[in-house]
Amino acid sequence: MSAKTLYDKLWDSHVVRQEEDGTALIYIDRQLLHEVTSPQAFEGLRLANRKPWRIDANLATPDHNVPTTAYDSVEDIVDPISRIQVQTLDANAQEFGITEFGIGDIRQGIVHVVGPEEGVTLPGTTLVCGDSHTATHGALGALAHGVGTSEVEHVLATQCLIQKKMKNMLVKVEGTLQPGVGPKDVVLAIIGKIGTAGGNGHAIEFGGQVFRDMSIEGRMTVCNMAIEAGARVGLVAVDDKTIDYVKGRPFAPKGAQWQVAVAAWQDLKSDENAEFDKVIELDGASIEPQVSWGTSPEMVLSVNGQVPDPSLETDAVKADGIRRALSYMGLEAGMAISDIPVDYIFIGSCTNSRIEDLRQAAEVLKGQKVAPSVEQALIVPGSGLVKQQAEAEGLDQIFIEAGFEWRNPGCSMCLAMNADRLPSGKHCASTSNRNFEGRQGAGGRTHLVSPQMAAAAAIAGHFVDVRQLIGSNQ
Amino acid sequence: MEKFTKLTAIVAPMDRANVDTDAIIPKQFLKSIKRTGFGVNLFDEWRYEDVGEPGKDNSARPLRKDFVLNQPQYQGAKILLARENFGCGSSREHAPWALKDYGFDVIIAPSFADIFFNNSFKNGILPIVLDADVVSSLFDEVFANSGYQLTVDLDLHQIIKPSGETIQFEVDAFRRHCLLNGLDDIGLTLQHQSEIETFEAAHKAKNPWLFAAE
Ligand code: SF4
Repeated sequence: MSAKTLYDKLWDSHVVRQEEDGTALIYIDRQLLHEVTSPQAFEGLRLANRKPWRIDANLATPDHNVPTTAYDSVEDIVDPISRIQVQTLDANAQEFGITEFGIGDIRQGIVHVVGPEEGVTLPGTTLVCGDSHTATHGALGALAHGVGTSEVEHVLATQCLIQKKMKNMLVKVEGTLQPGVGPKDVVLAIIGKIGTAGGNGHAIEFGGQVFRDMSIEGRMTVCNMAIEAGARVGLVAVDDKTIDYVKGRPFAPKGAQWQVAVAAWQDLKSDENAEFDKVIELDGASIEPQVSWGTSPEMVLSVNGQVPDPSLETDAVKADGIRRALSYMGLEAGMAISDIPVDYIFIGSCTNSRIEDLRQAAEVLKGQKVAPSVEQALIVPGSGLVKQQAEAEGLDQIFIEAGFEWRNPGCSMCLAMNADRLPSGKHCASTSNRNFEGRQGAGGRTHLVSPQMAAAAAIAGHFVDVRQLIGSNQ
Repeated sequence: MEKFTKLTAIVAPMDRANVDTDAIIPKQFLKSIKRTGFGVNLFDEWRYEDVGEPGKDNSARPLRKDFVLNQPQYQGAKILLARENFGCGSSREHAPWALKDYGFDVIIAPSFADIFFNNSFKNGILPIVLDADVVSSLFDEVFANSGYQLTVDLDLHQIIKPSGETIQFEVDAFRRHCLLNGLDDIGLTLQHQSEIETFEAAHKAKNPWLFAAE
């Protein structure tokens, strides 16, 4: 038998049938649903008089549109259109008998935080969600895709997805990261190197010592942004850390089944001689804290870098892209990244709102104050359970004393569908994953960074190399 | 779904790379629970001077004159000519819904983001990948000739230029079949119901923890 990659193994174990041209029907073990991309799918089911194929394979929670300020129930959502959307999810979950962690449930949160936290995401499974950051779940050795609404409906109705196999890509980062450099910096550096289309058509496996050393939550941060490199799927091989992470979670296998499951998960890694269609290598030790300066995640640099000069770019389409980005971002070619002032701070999103992210931010913020020039600093935990844990550890007090607002879980200013918006022209140090024009609010200027870097920028009022702060804080 | 066979239409040039789905349809319009009505807000931030909101009367909003779709020569365009990595970013199917609702049936680009590419077919939009050089020369021709039209023939896998010159393109047999016949994916898949059930039974025997106890 020829050597297989992890992706090959996950794929092969889920093929129901395959057409001659390679189009296959893939069995889907889990689907996560949220309010934005599911209403039209449920409506489609109703119109065609169809029932979900398997109710127990689905889990729903509202996240994109929920308020992050105090509220008691769905009725408290001020914007009527948002409220209807959240109510529609509640009604659909009820009508079709799907488990939902609704507003007010301690388990409610961002789908990509909730899935792993509940043990709904398991190694060796296929998982989909109507959201491109579904790649996150690959951190647990699951084949996880973002899908569109038609596909949400397709999976609801048939438990299958029509897919063509992707190519295999390995991103290998060896060595040891410097203190102050985290998973977010690693993935931003990767995107900076391969570009936002670098992974198109591929499933990316992240391999090498850096990922072996990384925590499961760190791996989620990395896989989360695979889509920002153009890959629908990001993966990390299953190891002891994965198994420890899954153990005891509400939806994880229990009792006698646990041992059987763990044995079945042992092989969830690429074989020694497996071949990849594309291999990219980075040196972990040389990765510096990253800051995005432009309007695409590939427009990213070391905090010690300078904003690029379009006149030095030979490719005309790229030069034009740089020019547009500089003008949108209100930056001068050649200026130091560390001279960019920050007006807003957002720590949250499915990329960086887990407990470890909050601990890392708290470590930098402890005993410090947000710079007076910063207009608003938000911390939005990824789920009710993350919030509870952070409060149990006293992290909320560190944030509040530093001048941050401690909010309720949701997507919040990652995409500003709720009331949390970045005003036009303002610069935001954000731990989210997209810096497209208008992403955090019309005209808003997003800079993608790690939680530590966002915390450091909050204190300084501009970007600074967090490695210096960490040195002085200890 | 509507059938797609052949089309002759005006081409609108979207001359920038990495056009993301947030730009195609900004997030405030994602609050709708419907599939239709997104066309008036297609490229909202680039198209209008003010900030769009759901429920706002779009006919009264000031237009940005320099935006390509606001220019008179591109009115009625059904073919969008684009640059690399079109449709990157969020998986929102609202992006192809908005493009289709506006009137686009074909998008030509050197490359597309995967999810967007997939979503397009499911909504009766044909995304065509051509070499970057070929796309560049089409841009030149569109800019040089007001009212420039192309014919797209899915049956023959051909784009026909006004000069009569043809460009071949590739499209998956399965997707082509669905588009040509206006087939619904779910109906097609359910034809294999017994195969899915057989697979599921074996899968359950191996991974019982993935299924709720009965
Ligand atoms: S946090 Fe942001 S990226 Fe993640 S699911 Fe929510 S909106 Fe999407």
